[in-house]
Amino acid sequence: MTLFLYAVGILVLSGLVATRWPRGGVAGAIVGGAVGLFPALHVLLTGATESLWCAWQVPYGSFAVQLDPLSAFFLIPVFGLPAVAAMYGSEYLAAWRGKKPLGAAWCFYNLLTASMALVVVARNGVLFLVAWEVMALTSFFLVTFEDEQETVRAAGWTYLVASHLGTAFLLVMFILLGRETGSLDFDKLAVSSPNVVFLLALIGFGTKAGFMPLHVWLPDAHPAAPSHVSAVMSGVMIKMGIYGILRILTLIGPPPAWWGGTLIGIGLVSGVLGILFAVAQSDLKRLLAYSSVENIGIITLGLGVGLLGIHYGVPVVATLGFAGALLHVINHALFKGLLFFGAGAVLHGTHTRNLEQLGGLLKRMPWTGLLFALGAVAICALPPLNGFIGEFLIYLGAYRGALAMDTAATTELLSVIAGLALIGGLAAVSFTKAFGVAFLGEPRSEPAAHAREAGLLMQLAMLLLAAGCVLVGLLAPAVVRALAPALKIVTGLPAATVENQLANGLGPLGSVVLVTSLFLVVLAALVLLRRSLLAGRTIGQSVTWDCGYAQPTVRMQYSASSFAQPVTGLFAGLLRTRRKLVPPEGLFPRQASLETTTPDAARETIYQPAFGSVGRGLGRWRWLQHGNLHLYILYIALTLLVLLIWRLG
Amino acid sequence: MNTDLLLILVALTNLRVLGSSRLGACIRTTAVQGVLLGLLPLLVNPLTFHTLVLAAGSVALKGIVFPWLLFRALREAEVQREVEPFVGYNLSLLLGVAAIGVAVWVSRQLPLPGAAPSSLIAPVALFSILAGLLVIISRRKAVSQVLGFLILENGIYTFGVGLVRETSFLVELGVLLDVFVGVFVMGITIFHINREFDHIDTDQLSTLRDWRR
Amino acid sequence: MNALIPPLLALVLSPLLLGVINRTKARFAGRRGQPVLQLYFDLAKLLRKGAVYSRTTTWVFRAGPMVGLAAALTAILLVPLGALPAPLAFGGDLVLFAYLLGLMRFFTVLAALDTGSSFEGMGASREVLFSALAEPALLLGLAALARRADSLSLSGIMAAVSPVAWGTGGVVLALVTAALMVVLLAENARIPVDDPNTHLELTMIHEVMVLDHSGPDLAMILYGAALKLWVMSALLAGLIVPLRSGKVWLDAAGTLGGLLIVAVLIGIVESSMARLRLLRVPQLLVAAGALAALALILVLR
Repeated sequence: MTLFLYAVGILVLSGLVATRWPRGGVAGAIVGGAVGLFPALHVLLTGATESLWCAWQVPYGSFAVQLDPLSAFFLIPVFGLPAVAAMYGSEYLAAWRGKKPLGAAWCFYNLLTASMALVVVARNGVLFLVAWEVMALTSFFLVTFEDEQETVRAAGWTYLVASHLGTAFLLVMFILLGRETGSLDFDKLAVSSPNVVFLLALIGFGTKAGFMPLHVWLPDAHPAAPSHVSAVMSGVMIKMGIYGILRILTLIGPPPAWWGGTLIGIGLVSGVLGILFAVAQSDLKRLLAYSSVENIGIITLGLGVGLLGIHYGVPVVATLGFAGALLHVINHALFKGLLFFGAGAVLHGTHTRNLEQLGGLLKRMPWTGLLFALGAVAICALPPLNGFIGEFLIYLGAYRGALAMDTAATTELLSVIAGLALIGGLAAVSFTKAFGVAFLGEPRSEPAAHAREAGLLMQLAMLLLAAGCVLVGLLAPAVVRALAPALKIVTGLPAATVENQLANGLGPLGSVVLVTSLFLVVLAALVLLRRSLLAGRTIGQSVTWDCGYAQPTVRMQYSASSFAQPVTGLFAGLLRTRRKLVPPEGLFPRQASLETTTPDAARETIYQPAFGSVGRGLGRWRWLQHGNLHLYILYIALTLLVLLIWRLG
Repeated sequence: MNTDLLLILVALTNLRVLGSSRLGACIRTTAVQGVLLGLLPLLVNPLTFHTLVLAAGSVALKGIVFPWLLFRALREAEVQREVEPFVGYNLSLLLGVAAIGVAVWVSRQLPLPGAAPSSLIAPVALFSILAGLLVIISRRKAVSQVLGFLILENGIYTFGVGLVRETSFLVELGVLLDVFVGVFVMGITIFHINREFDHIDTDQLSTLRDWRR
Repeated sequence: MNALIPPLLALVLSPLLLGVINRTKARFAGRRGQPVLQLYFDLAKLLRKGAVYSRTTTWVFRAGPMVGLAAALTAILLVPLGALPAPLAFGGDLVLFAYLLGLMRFFTVLAALDTGSSFEGMGASREVLFSALAEPALLLGLAALARRADSLSLSGIMAAVSPVAWGTGGVVLALVTAALMVVLLAENARIPVDDPNTHLELTMIHEVMVLDHSGPDLAMILYGAALKLWVMSALLAGLIVPLRSGKVWLDAAGTLGGLLIVAVLIGIVESSMARLRLLRVPQLLVAAGALAALALILVLR
């Protein structure tokens, strides 16, 4: 616990130092993160729990913090990813030196990390909400780093509004929980209506996590932020929503079946729609942001499977479902961080995120390209990397449930299987598109043709995360075994049962790792075989087969929109992709173009009309605001008078 | 032929209607569905005069009379296929598969009276109802809408025959008669709409409303 | 030792399957047709050649065939041959099997995009969509079988198929067989989804993605495709030939006969059907998913 407090202290102090000396902020983020990882790993591995309680002057508040295995588990990405991202960011932000207040940016960055750490350990409603709010505000300032751009400001405001609407639900939730005992300490909360609390938590935390259709801020805010911040937001911050749901679930008692069903429903909608919108995007970072919605969906599917397992008393399903969800939290932090770093390197090297302008970057940015490809394989849940392991556990949970359970919950579990399969296939579409269009083929624009490779620090940051992806993939059984203490808290099962079930589930994992290692051996053998076969033979160089065209040009390459067209066409009713088409005309057409944009459906059909009518409704009261100080004071006086009369009369 | 197989075939005919753009094929598929459902009472009920009449009536109406009426309407209207439905065929089919899931889930939650002759009755009946609704909602042509209506009714019929014993005979005949009148009237309406407007797109009927935008 | 029979047979005999399909098609067209062993000759010839690479391409293009073949070679270790279990069978291997094939596809697609050719991009974009739709059908169909067999490994599933199973749950098995057949046709670029014989790049799916590969690379792709066809056909053969005598060679021979039937069946389908319009293919795949879903409803009661 002391080390944890030191870590938070380092983060806060270095944040303050950063306002004068930006590099201090970077150093603080890295050192603080590294220091914080020790207590987290210690608690997770030993299963010990450490607490601290101090009185606090705030009404209902107390400085109650506790480091249990579940908190410790979430602390790993909370401290780990921002530290790596800080390394990346120190180089990434260098381009803005002298143009932007970097000190302030690092200050907010370190406060963001510290607030996330506090969210995870807070055991008092007020403390939790304060940390939650600091997290929202600091990330808002980070999102609006490039505030000279109109779109960035708009994204920031959307984020701020969405975030606070979510917090409002959390506030109500905590008030409900603390109403009876008069204390907001987590161990003193009384649950009178668990269903209401569950729904409030779902909306409040779901807004942060980015459940469809509450995700509306996410595809705007993540691309707008500087790339290392996008990585932290996508990789860690939205997981705070998942943490919140898990924590509340441990507080409000045994789940009825419909909680699991609801989570599975949300997971399916977020997963499938998230990845569909990702496929349709041509902005690289926006694509990644939508894919975060998808991955939150996958995590939620795991949670749903786990809850069904608890409800129907099938420990193996509960353990596998939650283990898959938790592992995917870590996995997503690793590969989404990696991919956002890669996207940032592309943006850094070419000054555009538009896939239609990119192409052929692998030749000019070989390391970024290689590592981005690795991240793409991982996020598509393909073996032998970590993404597969997480989804495999969820699959296994759903399959085991579908086999073991009576007919009761099988529809939900089978929809998980079908949903994961569809999501996996569509993820392959969106990431072959992202990597293929950006890094392969010929450059589609001048900046792409002269792209610069990212600097050493940025490469090192990417390499660290990529190594994490490989290691988690190959050491899967050990990693999953380490989750046992956290799973014990989440499932509420006795430790022995959890370990038994994990051992049960680890058998297949061992085989998976065996098969995937075999795959790597076979691959190495094939590489050698090919090399020996081609040794000494003529290797020709030529142009790509052009089907007889005399002059193939770059414009003939398949573009991002056209690659996605079969999918956007098939799901046109859901995506509402807009096409701007200038068809070729005449015998020798000069100009022809096609532009597609896919705006967010929830934003267009739900939020804009709703907020628009609220705005119009409130617009009628505008006359109250005329900037005349005397009148304002009159309002105050009148209000006071009315209240006095009401109270006394 | 066992009941399960028959019900599976009914479910498949629903999917076929959802996925096909050719109106002729849709009518034929619905006719096949009608004949299959006509056989259903023979499989689930003891063979009595009542079930025989019900089966014969269903097969005759749904398998022969309705298709004939609809094909006539099709010829009069000179349309072959549904062009540009509100919801595309691929998506309708996907929604259809999703509807199977919903139907199974709902049928699990429903308290059903007595023992059903097959556990598929309730899911398939619900699926037919959902598929029929989907067709009605997503298609433009009046003929498709009649087909959707028929499929919807087939779903209700499946429920009735499969789950409600004894009492259903009169009610079923009544419903059959209602549907007959319905299809007959719609057939005539399609004919007249077509004569007046040269097309049978139902979404254009909104021009008939009283006030203008 | 017996455990090695399925993968060894796959290694040796998989190119033969394509020969049988082509022979069947030739017979239907009234031709003599190429030798049944043609693919072996092709492979031998390609392995002796050098290679030509487009100047646009990078290491991704060279890695594609190797990753694909390595994934296929790993996948054959998971697939049983009828009653003969696979050497590396474990509970849950069906998911790994599906995702290994996914890995193969992922790199084939990337290699295609690496050439910068519009045609290869076209093929790639179709391939990813169709396989995304085929995946749920495959995993749901296998789920239905898994629930019947109460086992999560392909070997366990196949061991539970028997004449008795066809007698009691014939409808389920038939539905899953139909679904898997559609998945097989789609995943292996056969008619009615893709036409392996077409000469127009515009209409190809799988063939166009490998247009630029040559020499040993092409050999790896062809062999990998043959293995993929073999593993999926082996699953089908295990379903349609429910021979479970317990005698190794009898069972192996029975399932090999089943493989022959599957190959002839594919040949018949290819000879008697036209290719579907590309817009209709998703319908076929979704319909396969629906068949699998219906099978599941039947087993889940």
